[in-house]
Amino acid sequence: MAEEAIIDPAHESGEGVRRRDFINIAAVSFAGAGGIAVLVPLISQMAPSADVLAESSTEIDISAIQPGQAIKAVWRKQPVFVRNLTAPEIKEADAVPVASLRDPQSLSDRTKAGKTNWLITMGVCTHLGCVPLGAGEGEVKGEFGGYFCPCHGSVYDTAARIRKGPAPKNLEVPPYEFTSDTVVKIG
Amino acid sequence: MSFPWAKEYNPSQPFMVWLDEKLPLPRFVYNAIGAGYPVPRNLNYMWNFGILAGFALVLQIVTGVILAMHYAANAGVAFDSVEHIMRDVNWGWALRYAHANGASAFFVVVYTHIFRGFFYSSYKAPREMIWLLGVVIFLLMMATAFMGYVLPWGQMSFWGAKVITGLFSAIPLIGEPLQQWLLGGFAPDNAALNRFFSLHFLLPFVILGVIILHVWALHIPGSSNPTGVEVKTESDTVPFHPYYTAKDGFGLGLFLLIYFAVVFFAPNALGHPDNYIAANPLSTPAHIVPEWYFWPFYAILRAFTADFFFIPAKLMGVLAMFSAILVWFFLPWLDTSPVRSGHYRPLFRKFFYLIVIDVLVLGYCGGSPAETKYVLISQIGATYYFLHFLVILPIVSSIEKPAPLPFSITESVLGKDEGAVLTANPAAA
Repeated sequence: MAEEAIIDPAHESGEGVRRRDFINIAAVSFAGAGGIAVLVPLISQMAPSADVLAESSTEIDISAIQPGQAIKAVWRKQPVFVRNLTAPEIKEADAVPVASLRDPQSLSDRTKAGKTNWLITMGVCTHLGCVPLGAGEGEVKGEFGGYFCPCHGSVYDTAARIRKGPAPKNLEVPPYEFTSDTVVKIG
Repeated sequence: MSFPWAKEYNPSQPFMVWLDEKLPLPRFVYNAIGAGYPVPRNLNYMWNFGILAGFALVLQIVTGVILAMHYAANAGVAFDSVEHIMRDVNWGWALRYAHANGASAFFVVVYTHIFRGFFYSSYKAPREMIWLLGVVIFLLMMATAFMGYVLPWGQMSFWGAKVITGLFSAIPLIGEPLQQWLLGGFAPDNAALNRFFSLHFLLPFVILGVIILHVWALHIPGSSNPTGVEVKTESDTVPFHPYYTAKDGFGLGLFLLIYFAVVFFAPNALGHPDNYIAANPLSTPAHIVPEWYFWPFYAILRAFTADFFFIPAKLMGVLAMFSAILVWFFLPWLDTSPVRSGHYRPLFRKFFYLIVIDVLVLGYCGGSPAETKYVLISQIGATYYFLHFLVILPIVSSIEKPAPLPFSITESVLGKDEGAVLTANPAAA
């Protein structure tokens, strides 16, 4: 019985590809591909879940914000600064030569046409993510009259552009639109 | 390790040589599940289930650690957090179904592994310690599975927690305070849920530790085999790799096919619809049973309906249920036959099949409502269960005339053993 089971030695020990090599490679690659496929659910389960993604847009009523005032809203669990700029603040922002800035952007690049007084930015410092001061009543606005981050001393101007300190970028402008004159939809 | 002809790990790459001197982990693996572990050449597919059980544990740990990232062990939100996993978390449904059915798969595999041990008497010397550690693993598995079932905080979870901790209230004098201590209250609530979650997370790693001891103990005498005849010469063995890695790999493929068929096409077949109703301390579900893998033991628990002399029925049921597993600890000394394999024990074999049927019948009764006929069958089944281990096995062992054993594993496979002839009859050489 066992003698019959011996495989033809010409096939077993001959040069080139043996049948067993094919079976071996096919089986191991199949298992390998399956193992890699299993990683998809194991990894993607850590990505934001459906209920988190469902929080991706927020509507804000801005009717009560007077010139010179700002509010903090929440979008994706992060603060958003909505600021009604005064005429001097707009003038101050426009007076800065754009080319001299670390992250060159004009105020009009950062606001909607015809609504340049509405400066809407994330309240997240582009250095390491602290919430800068300057949106709340009585908070320090920094030497450029915009925002000041107390963590590591980044200073933003009245267009929320980085002017001094370690932050690399201006405060981010989130995607938003005016659904009416008094309501902004963020996200 | 086990046999003198075991191949030695001999790295050729300079890095592997360097690593072998500093941390011989590859050598350890090589000797444990590589070409350095000689295994009897005649293992059948019943020897697949140890690896499968190990795989099932890893599966449970991986899916379980992930579920714990999304689950909240708080009685106020636990039920909702499970629904959050099912609906919101990416692939959450797959991970939860894989974990819930993974528990069932683990028990299927482990029960097969245990009954393999019964049939081939794998518990006999020199492998008693492997068996004892295995029973410990099984007890830990039962505790882990029970506490895991409580976590979704549905109706079956809640009442399962209440009933199972109620078992301890049967203990005289300290019973009631003990149950309150276990629950951290008078009924299952946040305290119980939190400690169950903590222990449910911990115990699998304890199981992993005991499995390491189990495998360590296994590697001292080496694997048993279907003939029950110990390895004599090199021709009785083949290296674990590639022979049994390939065979186990094939078995693992079959296991995965069946397992995923259930996970994807019948994920709730083994569950109870009532557990999709949030826990309600004011209303018990009409038909309350544990998960299928506890049914035989649950039937034994319910079989005791009358006080037994001075012992109340409640306590008797609890004692019997725990004894049904504890009796396995004594198995190596209850079965005194020197022959291991059921293949060579005609009388033992008949009783083996009877105990399999008995456990299946008990399981069926355990899953049925507590009606008179099922309780009656359970009583007969439970009596036979203990008779088998405590009376039948010792008697069979002493009166049975076993069939003739093959001289060696090689002889059982090839019909003759050239090397063995030389050893057995030196004059012929």
